[in-house]
Amino acid sequence: MSTFSALDGNSAVANAMRQINPDVVAAYPITPQTSTVQTFADFVADGLVDTEFVCVESEHSAMSACVGASSAGARVMTATAANGMALMWEIMYIAASNRNPVVMSLVNRALSGPINIHCDHSDSMGARDSGWIQLYSENGQEAYDNIIQAIRIAEHPDVLLPVMVCQDGFITSHGMERVELYDDADVKAFVGTYEPQWPLLDLENPKTYGPLDFYDYYYEHKRQQVQGMEKAFPVVQEVTAEFNTKFGRDYGLFETYKLQDAEVAIVVLNSTAGTAKVAVDKLRDEGLKVGLLKPRLFRPFPARELVDALKHVKAIAVMDRSISFGIMDNGGPLFSEFAAAFYVYGPRIPMADYIYGLGGRDILTQEIESVFRDALKIAETGQVERTVTFLGVRE
Amino acid sequence: MEQKGWRDLPLGGMILQAGNSIEYQTGGWRAFRPIYGEAACIHCMQCWLFCPDSCILVDQESGKMTGFDLDFCKGCGICAIQCPVNQKIIKKAEQEIKQDDPRLCIRIVEEGKFEE
Repeated sequence: MSTFSALDGNSAVANAMRQINPDVVAAYPITPQTSTVQTFADFVADGLVDTEFVCVESEHSAMSACVGASSAGARVMTATAANGMALMWEIMYIAASNRNPVVMSLVNRALSGPINIHCDHSDSMGARDSGWIQLYSENGQEAYDNIIQAIRIAEHPDVLLPVMVCQDGFITSHGMERVELYDDADVKAFVGTYEPQWPLLDLENPKTYGPLDFYDYYYEHKRQQVQGMEKAFPVVQEVTAEFNTKFGRDYGLFETYKLQDAEVAIVVLNSTAGTAKVAVDKLRDEGLKVGLLKPRLFRPFPARELVDALKHVKAIAVMDRSISFGIMDNGGPLFSEFAAAFYVYGPRIPMADYIYGLGGRDILTQEIESVFRDALKIAETGQVERTVTFLGVRE
Repeated sequence: MEQKGWRDLPLGGMILQAGNSIEYQTGGWRAFRPIYGEAACIHCMQCWLFCPDSCILVDQESGKMTGFDLDFCKGCGICAIQCPVNQKIIKKAEQEIKQDDPRLCIRIVEEGKFEE
């Protein structure tokens, strides 16, 4: 039977890890992820899980231990944030190319410098070409739900890619909320047992992982990775549908809120989508037709489906919690993805980018309302005055 | 050798057959070749000990060095450098001895520029 508890996002994820009971967890503490692994370490010490918990000396070692354990045939999880992930960088690419289905809880935090421990998406967005699947979560409940599904997605034989589940540092990682924890047995049954196809510990069939791979084969192995990403679309949909049926949820590749008859839409990730829903309701009360789209699966990017969901609106405001320095007009990665998707698959809809919330800068409903009002003006005139706006920055 | 397409290769560069390095003849990498001067050799097995590719051929019965396995020798020249006979000849010589000097126990010649 499920239970309802007051938990912050990190504890919700730690409880998902307890229920998944992975063979190996290797992690290094970093704010704001620390309490995830700290709570999980309690579960290990209390004998609630069988996990081999590896206390490493750095995140580079954490991801290396994950790659080693996963290659050995273990179900492996880790958690990190910001600079911790930056230190994992080299090995994250190796996990993806080795096809190690490692699952990571990433608590989004601004990358240094200047040093900052609060939320933005510069960490996960920087890793968007690393070959990891990325799921984004609005709150602790979604982070908990996504972590459980991530195991099935990562380990699916057609996919075999690492998955990171992102949630907003402090905002949801440390924000207490009502979280439904499903029955341990139900989660256990849902994630099933990992059946590795090529475990190093199968001593009867010795094999080599990660050998030197030159111009004669490297390219083919990258092509295989593309196939894994491509297959992630149907697999995510399959796993999500099964999860929805079993646990009574309504997840998809993305979530829409009052979008069907909307004239303008905001696209935004993670916790700000929650704030934006309040802004939508307020403006709807004024009779303004505004709506929201919150991507859940960002890697791989479901371009056709997203375009299809948004193609009826007259203006789109994309909100980016990170900057892709030097990209077109110094906007954000989310904007650039949507602009590209509409150029290739969609009608030409005026689109503008709003950078916000860097380094944990608060984003208020009034600011989101102002973005909607901008978008309504763009819809009316068909003209985008500024492609990129730095929302809330002091001039 | 026929190279497989991406659909037919093990994922991620994994090698599923143990001990298959024997199929990859690294001798093709060689720019320099060691040549064995049997007359000078004292069969001390120093070259056998130091060769990083296990390319020193030794007769099982007599225990004597008989030459090099050129299918795998990369021509690194470690054998010639650590050979004690070579060192003795170099020390005793009154003028400079080049690495392809025929007096040496193991001499190193440029691949393709030598006579057997």
